[in-house]
Amino acid sequence: MLAGIAPVLAADGFVRPEIDWHAAAPELTLLGFGALITMIDIGWLERARRIAAPLASLALLATMVPIITLALAGDDRSMFDGGFVVDDYSLIMKAMFVLAGYVVVLMSTNYIAEGDYWENEYYGLLLSSILGMILMASARDLISIFVALELLSIPAYMLATWRKRDLKSNEAGLKYYLMGVFASAVMLYGMSLLYGATGSTLLVEINDAVGEAARPSAIVVLGIIFVVVGFAFKVSAFPFHTWAPDTYEGSPTPVTAFISVASKAAGFVALLNLVFVGFVGRDGLVGRDDIFEPLMWVLAAASMTAGNLMALRQTNMVRLLAYSGVAQAGYMLAPLAVAGSVPDKALTASVTYLVIYAAMNLGAFAVVIAVARKTRSAEVSTYRGLFHYAPGLTVAMTIFLFSLAGIPPLGGWIAKFRVMEALIEAETSAGVVLGVFVAVNSVIALYYYARVGFGMWAEEAPDGDLTPVNVPLSLGVALTLTAAITIAMGVIPGDIVGRFTDVSLLAGG
Amino acid sequence: MDTIADNNWLLTVLVFAPLAGALVMALIPQHDEQSHKQVALLTSLVTLGLAAFLLIDFDYGSAGSLQYFVDTEWIEVIGAGYTIGVDGMSLPLIALTALIMPLVFVYSWNHIPEPGNAKAFLILSLILETGMIGTFVAQDLVLFFVFFEVVLLPMFFMIAVWGGENRRYASLKFFLFTLFGSALMLLSFLALFFLTEAETFNMLELTEIAGAGIPRGTQLLVFGGMFLGFGVKVPMFPFHTWLPDAHTEAPTQGSVILAAVLLKLGTYGFIRIAIPMLPEAAEAWAPWIGLLAVIGIIYGALGCLAQTDMKRLIAFSSVAHMGFVMLGIATLTDFGINAAIFGMVAHGLITGMLFFIAGSVKERYHTLEIKRLGGMLAQAPRLGWILGFVSMASLGLPGLAGFWGEFPAILAAYNPAGGLSEEVFRAYMVVAAIGTVLAAGYLLWLLQRTAMGEPPAEFADDPNIVDVSTTEWIAWAPLLLGIVLFGVAPGLIFEVTDPAVGESLHKCLEAGCQAADLAASSVGGG
Repeated sequence: MLAGIAPVLAADGFVRPEIDWHAAAPELTLLGFGALITMIDIGWLERARRIAAPLASLALLATMVPIITLALAGDDRSMFDGGFVVDDYSLIMKAMFVLAGYVVVLMSTNYIAEGDYWENEYYGLLLSSILGMILMASARDLISIFVALELLSIPAYMLATWRKRDLKSNEAGLKYYLMGVFASAVMLYGMSLLYGATGSTLLVEINDAVGEAARPSAIVVLGIIFVVVGFAFKVSAFPFHTWAPDTYEGSPTPVTAFISVASKAAGFVALLNLVFVGFVGRDGLVGRDDIFEPLMWVLAAASMTAGNLMALRQTNMVRLLAYSGVAQAGYMLAPLAVAGSVPDKALTASVTYLVIYAAMNLGAFAVVIAVARKTRSAEVSTYRGLFHYAPGLTVAMTIFLFSLAGIPPLGGWIAKFRVMEALIEAETSAGVVLGVFVAVNSVIALYYYARVGFGMWAEEAPDGDLTPVNVPLSLGVALTLTAAITIAMGVIPGDIVGRFTDVSLLAGG
Repeated sequence: MDTIADNNWLLTVLVFAPLAGALVMALIPQHDEQSHKQVALLTSLVTLGLAAFLLIDFDYGSAGSLQYFVDTEWIEVIGAGYTIGVDGMSLPLIALTALIMPLVFVYSWNHIPEPGNAKAFLILSLILETGMIGTFVAQDLVLFFVFFEVVLLPMFFMIAVWGGENRRYASLKFFLFTLFGSALMLLSFLALFFLTEAETFNMLELTEIAGAGIPRGTQLLVFGGMFLGFGVKVPMFPFHTWLPDAHTEAPTQGSVILAAVLLKLGTYGFIRIAIPMLPEAAEAWAPWIGLLAVIGIIYGALGCLAQTDMKRLIAFSSVAHMGFVMLGIATLTDFGINAAIFGMVAHGLITGMLFFIAGSVKERYHTLEIKRLGGMLAQAPRLGWILGFVSMASLGLPGLAGFWGEFPAILAAYNPAGGLSEEVFRAYMVVAAIGTVLAAGYLLWLLQRTAMGEPPAEFADDPNIVDVSTTEWIAWAPLLLGIVLFGVAPGLIFEVTDPAVGESLHKCLEAGCQAADLAASSVGGG
């Protein structure tokens, strides 16, 4: 194994790698705007507050331009010996991160301004976190994965504590930080084991090396487990979810939405990269399906079951969404448990689920923010009778919750459908059993979603207070956008989800 | 199976017309209740008109083929198509749905249940209509699944918002039970997709394949998933417990829709999907389905005898009646399944009508407790007589529609399909026959306690207790006429359904699971 390092050591001199500027354009654009916001903050101080949010929106829209031109160009690009890859999959994920970031900015605008929090820094940090995410979508190398992960995590730790005079917000940030660095450490250790065993940080070469042996060496097994566990923290899979409810509850709600959607999705993207480029059997090689598949099976089954059961007991909307997010992570992990048998189907299933989950969960948090503007609370009991004074918000929340539950014709059903499809297509008993897990869990989950729905529609408002909720324009746009995507995904999924079918992870090189 | 694609715009318009009406209503402000009622009624009348056109234009000579057939791409990536069509099996059920909904809206004209909000109530009803008609025309498993599920949300809210005191429990129970069934059903659909060589969700092709190439053990499991999905919806014993709760708490309109149409989605699923696509598994499951069906018949009847609430009693009678339908289906004969479809329509008319009456009784007496009621014939004679008439229909009096649902189903059990044990099904037949006696018992007893005798003291001089009103007459007359019409001329339905049933069972016939019984050939004339 160690022989693999030799060529690296033997390489004499440093050759500047070719840089494809077009391929790196999304990252560079976002980097430029992030730097601009920081500079303006330094120069103009308080006067910059008014333009911070519009500038952040502009930054994200501008980043969409190279993503679209790259998509139109249509060719796959690769740099740094395949460590940085631009393909359909990475472009879809980048677009999702940028759009999710845009919705978060819309959700934050009034929240941050009215709460009198630091604004310039907020948007600067938000942009750098999103930069980490879009970098992650292209990362096919252990080191770039790690750099992207830190780039997206560290700003998020700070954002979680943004309500700095609030004890809960401090608790949220600290918990998130401690658990996050612990996970990073575990993962880094796993990465070092993988590098030690294979002699390369490139996922493609790791794949070749780990797939060679009929029986994996102990180091490879440990390496894979540690790396996966590290990301299991990030995606808040059971039993590594313990930080999520407290962090979600204490953070400013737009940041919660950001962590629960974008940051979780980034964790998934890293997992997908690792599994599909690094571990899965390709080109006749066996890969290490025998290790990651059982691991993913257990994580998926445990996450969905435990997440749903714990969500049943929640009385706070944000905590409820946190535990429902654990369960949703379980559904998204499920296809990875059959990734060895049906790699393409499993990848599309996870990607589809991620995109739809982003729309519906962001929407749910947008409603939470809107309702809290009136009630100053996220307790489930404050949602009672919402229909009597905010029918529009009630319909929107109903759409998001029942989409999360997977009821047709809302977007969530096609996501669950694709997951089940992959599980059944594998035609293994493990796949079918996990499919039954998904089915039964959908029913458990429905109970808590429907209970909230019942409260909103069929109960009386607490204290008979029927003053309407004032929804600011930007929040309204965020709600409309997410609701439209959620419904469109469910009714005409062919046109949208169809775009993700040909997604296959380019190994690069 | 042949398909005919003439006039194939019709079904799409029929399915989505109610939804279009709902969208129009969404734009009208909430306080303008009168406009909402007008638009809803108008929409359902347009839908009824389209259904009437369908009934006239339908080619009865080829009732076994799918007509108005559309087959286009919908979700290409999962191989799901927008495939719709109508044959003799679904035609009566579509007509029933299109008929019931305007009656519901007429009844809603001055009966919007507490806490009001006609807009939301009527919009939900229209979405329900789209879901129900869509389920009956869908010829693609994914499309079927989506429509099958679309009805869940509106019904949940109908019970949750406009229901009785215990509505929270009842609505959640309804929702969870049905979703549990349909989630496993979806797994079965997917298994069917991947296990057959064709890799298709097209119901026509899957019926042609009829499970060929799938190992028997797997077939049994796949059928089991569908059995749960459809069985919960029917509902079959022991999954029936959501039904009495849902019916008791639902507003009158909700109960009527639930009884008249929603339950049929389950039985329809059996005859359209589960049995034709997996005949071999169906044969293995049939004795057990038959057993649960007759348990349902007896259990439902005994349940009725024990009820103290009129609406709950009618709900339990549904369990018993759907037991007869399932018994007919379990025989796997042409004759039995024709009887089952007839039973579905008859039960829709009769039980729908019974729930309308229960709603009106509740409105007048403010209670449905049987022991507090009485003397309806003296105080509101027309209402009392209608109750008497419909009870007679429900207990299966020859000459009324109920008879043709029950009697042939029992008869079919005498001579089940070839592979099934005659002894077992004849035993079921005896039990089912006892069930009809019990049915007569509980219905006559209900009539005796509520309609006969002197009015009880507390209601003797109650000015609220008036006879049948005009809107009630308008809403009820078509149902009452239908009960008589199909009772006298059952051939109207049998002649339409028979070719389609033969067509969908022909694979079954080839596999030799049915003996050509003389009953099947005699049923055509009715």
